[in-house]
Amino acid sequence: MTEETKKTKIGYYPGCAITKCSTSEEYGTSVLGVSRVIGPELVEIGDWNCCGASSAHATNHKLSTALSVRNISLAEKDGYDEVLAPCPMCSQRLIISQNDVHEDKKLREEVEDAIEMPVSSNVKVSNYLEIIKNYSMDEIAEKRKKKPEGLKVASYYGCLLLRPPKILKFDDPENPTTMDEIVAAIGAEAVDWEFKTNCCGGGFTLSRPNVVVKLTHDILEGAADAGANVIAVACPMCHANLDMRQKNIEKEYGRRFNIPIVYISELIGLALGLKPKDLGMDKHFIDTDFVVDAFSNIEE
Amino acid sequence: MSKKIGVFVCHCGTNISATVDVEKVAEEAKKNNPGVSYTTTYKYMCSDPGQKLLRDKIKEEGLDGVVVAACSPKMHEHTFRNASKKAGMNPYHVEISNLREQCSWVHPDKPTGTEKSIDLVRMMTEKTRKDKSLNPIKVPVTKRALVIGGGIAGIQAALDIADAGHEVVMVEREASIGGHMAQLSETFPTLDCSQCIMTPKMVELAQNENIKLYTWSEIEAVDGYLGNFDVKIRKKARSVDLDLCTGCSSCWQVCPSKKIKSEFDMKLGNRTAIYIPFPQAIPSKPVIDREHCLLFKDARKKNIPPNDSKVCRKCLDVCPIAPVKAIDYSQEDEIITEKIGAIVVATGYKELDDTSMYGEYGGGKYQDVITGLQFERLASASGPTEGEIQRPSDGKVPEIIVFIQCVGSRDPAKGCSYCSKTCCMYTAKHTMLYKHKVHDGHAYVFYIDIRCAGKDYEEFWLRAVEEEGATYLRGRVSRIYKKGDKLVVLGADTLTGSVVEIEADMVVLASAMKAQDDAEKFAQKLSIQYNKDKFFSEIHPKLKPVESSSAGIFLAGTCQGPKDIPETVAQAGAAASKVLALLSADELEREPVVAKVDRLPAPIFSTCIGCFYCKRVCPYGAIAEEDIKARDGSVIKTVARVNEGLCQGCGLCAATCRSKSVELAGFNDEQVYAEINSVEFS
Amino acid sequence: MKIKITTKELKSDFAKEVKERSGIDVKKCYQCGKCTAGCPVAYEMDYMPNQIIRFVQLGLRHEALTSRTIWLCASCITCSTRCPKEVKIAELMDVLREMALEEGVANPKEKNITTFHKAFLNSVKKHGRISEFWMLSEYKRKRPKTALQDIEIGPQLMLKGKLSLTPHDIKGKKSIKRIFEKFK
Repeated sequence: MTEETKKTKIGYYPGCAITKCSTSEEYGTSVLGVSRVIGPELVEIGDWNCCGASSAHATNHKLSTALSVRNISLAEKDGYDEVLAPCPMCSQRLIISQNDVHEDKKLREEVEDAIEMPVSSNVKVSNYLEIIKNYSMDEIAEKRKKKPEGLKVASYYGCLLLRPPKILKFDDPENPTTMDEIVAAIGAEAVDWEFKTNCCGGGFTLSRPNVVVKLTHDILEGAADAGANVIAVACPMCHANLDMRQKNIEKEYGRRFNIPIVYISELIGLALGLKPKDLGMDKHFIDTDFVVDAFSNIEE
Repeated sequence: MSKKIGVFVCHCGTNISATVDVEKVAEEAKKNNPGVSYTTTYKYMCSDPGQKLLRDKIKEEGLDGVVVAACSPKMHEHTFRNASKKAGMNPYHVEISNLREQCSWVHPDKPTGTEKSIDLVRMMTEKTRKDKSLNPIKVPVTKRALVIGGGIAGIQAALDIADAGHEVVMVEREASIGGHMAQLSETFPTLDCSQCIMTPKMVELAQNENIKLYTWSEIEAVDGYLGNFDVKIRKKARSVDLDLCTGCSSCWQVCPSKKIKSEFDMKLGNRTAIYIPFPQAIPSKPVIDREHCLLFKDARKKNIPPNDSKVCRKCLDVCPIAPVKAIDYSQEDEIITEKIGAIVVATGYKELDDTSMYGEYGGGKYQDVITGLQFERLASASGPTEGEIQRPSDGKVPEIIVFIQCVGSRDPAKGCSYCSKTCCMYTAKHTMLYKHKVHDGHAYVFYIDIRCAGKDYEEFWLRAVEEEGATYLRGRVSRIYKKGDKLVVLGADTLTGSVVEIEADMVVLASAMKAQDDAEKFAQKLSIQYNKDKFFSEIHPKLKPVESSSAGIFLAGTCQGPKDIPETVAQAGAAASKVLALLSADELEREPVVAKVDRLPAPIFSTCIGCFYCKRVCPYGAIAEEDIKARDGSVIKTVARVNEGLCQGCGLCAATCRSKSVELAGFNDEQVYAEINSVEFS
Repeated sequence: MKIKITTKELKSDFAKEVKERSGIDVKKCYQCGKCTAGCPVAYEMDYMPNQIIRFVQLGLRHEALTSRTIWLCASCITCSTRCPKEVKIAELMDVLREMALEEGVANPKEKNITTFHKAFLNSVKKHGRISEFWMLSEYKRKRPKTALQDIEIGPQLMLKGKLSLTPHDIKGKKSIKRIFEKFK
């Protein structure tokens, strides 16, 4: 890695779910914590707004597009070439919206009128795995302090990082490997399993919990049967559904999984020797002590 | 110079006359076009009475030029030129004005159509005034055919040609002839054993005295033209002398490399490094796979001649032939040239065996997800399991098999939009073969549409359902994943509107028939055209189905597009009959519409400046460099020369020539300018 | 499922309207059913995804727009990803939902889902970002039957400091209002 890229400043678009005092704040905390150690430098873009998430795109395409694109325009205004949106709901919406306005001139004009800014097609929106893979793999190897023991990680990608593949252009939509590479880089074992890209039920957490319980059951079962003892995620919705629903699943299916669900950023943080509390390891529903303890050996 | 020209305007039923006032066109031609002495219109000029009218009027009116204003010259130029020839006129004084494809069909209203038609006829009249008599070019014919590919298509074509008494050279790139048909277990719709009907044909071919067989050989280059091809064949080093070897099998029995994946068994079985591909191979003599042979590996590693390697040498030691052994490590590729009159291309297809683009089906990582041809090998008595259906991972007899149709076919998202045509039938056959061998087994077929349109085909697949108990589910499979030792198949049945989940022991993908990997390169070598999927193109899908775009080269079998065995054999027979028609003449007549580079008296010799742009643009390789020499043999200049046998008269060279030294007969500058200048631009 | 198809439906411009709004050409679908086969929520739907496309193909507007399926689609985009004809099925569901809301025909049985979307967007409209606490309370207020569901989760979240009563207001709230005004 050249000095040039090391210094890269990347616009940071946290999105609602991972900011402080939100349901997935540990994701944001750990992403920022890790970036302070291995870069790249993340700077929050000014006065960003909610991308509208599923609720906007499911009910009002133009609204969804404008809400998302506004953030990209703000990032360009702040002078960033690249924006990290760690929440895949956000990154997917931002990229799709950017693509939609690029392909549809009329939509572009309407959106520009609504957000009162020109839309930008120069800013690249990246997800968290992309950022790590593109900027930080060498740094992880260099600055790794703890070697995990006995961790068998099922890398779970879900939907939003990968689909639609033609627009997101990230990894293999059927058999992605980026997260597995990161897991390997921190010295843990990535298990081969079949449910990497299955849907967890996403936004149906509240409105259709029965759907979520079934889908997350299948995913947990797939991970457990493949021998995984922890599931790594990079999505607040995947995390919430898998972490919060294990009790309901036990009630419904009679199988107790008790598998900790951790953010990939938390795993990186633990490997770098960051304090578990600073990574939000205490904020989970399923106890993460087992994962934290796995990182007790200092690397030679 | 003052020609008497007749103009014959065709109504083409109402195809032309509905949009063009044909009477007016005829009238105008007579009134305004210099040289026109007779005009008429007729309902169908191409009909018998229409042609008779043409012949009669040429004689009665003493015409020495004719313009037929009708359909495209591609359609009937030949017809009218023949008719005029019968009336004693040189046929190259007949020109066609295309009033149908280029006028009546594309213009909606009569005034425009008529006006344009009048112009078109005037243009052709002007050209006709400058037409010169041309005479067909005669080329001698080498009475030998080349058949490229030794599958069922090639074998059939070669036998048909040889049986008619002509010599055939067959080139097969594998070590044995037989192709895919030799790999099949039983064939639809009769379920007769493929090898039982194939092997006798292979033997017949090998024993036919008119057929010279080159296996383990490839086409290096094809030069020359219709009737007179020079074909260079690369005989790849086999490391075995075919004349000496008796096929006694001692060598491959002692070969220590026993775990090489057999191509013939679609990698489900093993072979040795010196091997015959399958027991019935023709020739029944081995080849050394130099990539895997220990001796050759050693020689490569040490960078020494193979013969100097001391590693293994077991096959040589055991070879009983004396005094000279049949095994020869030092053999090298050999290039042979054969003179050929006509060529049949029967290079076949390749099964889609790389399913990596189907990540949702495991992308090739599941051992028990196999392809159609792999299933053929499992079901074949000569296959790796001797015909017992066992799954590759653990040899277990599957209790449930899921068959998935249209894998790689009808799937534009995976880059393959066409239907492979044979899979509906072979999948139905697979379910039957499976049920015959595993009576209590369950066969589930996911399909989108059933396309079984051959003779007895509909009955065949229905038999699979009604009598043999296969269950057909209408839907494409979305995903296969592994659960324990089972494969979970997620499909749909759109007829009930349901999701279907089946835990299978094995999955068979009805993989597409694809063009050979090197089809594009090969087509370029032969200057034949191919379609977007790299299947070779026939000239006309209905009327010239076995003719390639190059004269004298014919197509047979799946290299032209997916087809089954009956269709392949029929097409091979058709190609053979076309070859026989060519070889039956001592001389061939060719259209004289060819290019010529001028030759002038000394000291100029030719206006050609030798830039050879023409050579670069010629798609047929028809331009050669010719040295013009002085009496003492010294070269004065090098100029272009057109090989009339190869030239197809496209005119690219004439258009490209900077010194205007090339003339296309029948389309010279004078004629073309006369045409253009006759258009009144308003 | 008792649907009678007459020339009235067959002649309708429904497919054309969908194409004009979204660019999605349902004519391309040859009904292979791969979308249905891979849909994780299909088992809950009243019509299979391929049937929804069929409705659009044949002009069955009412059936498509009043279906529960369009609301149950989780937008996981597995269908569009694997579609051999590259029909954007998941994106089609978005358009149909939008049309159903515009025409006031959204299936009342999936009111939980529509109410959730509304509560979510209300929060965005008001604050520029999601205030999870207030969004949830709006949802629970409007769908009282769900009030007891997940009753234990809320307090746990609060204990972990993950559910804040203070909304995250952005400075440019006006600009967000403008966007909502423009695209009602």
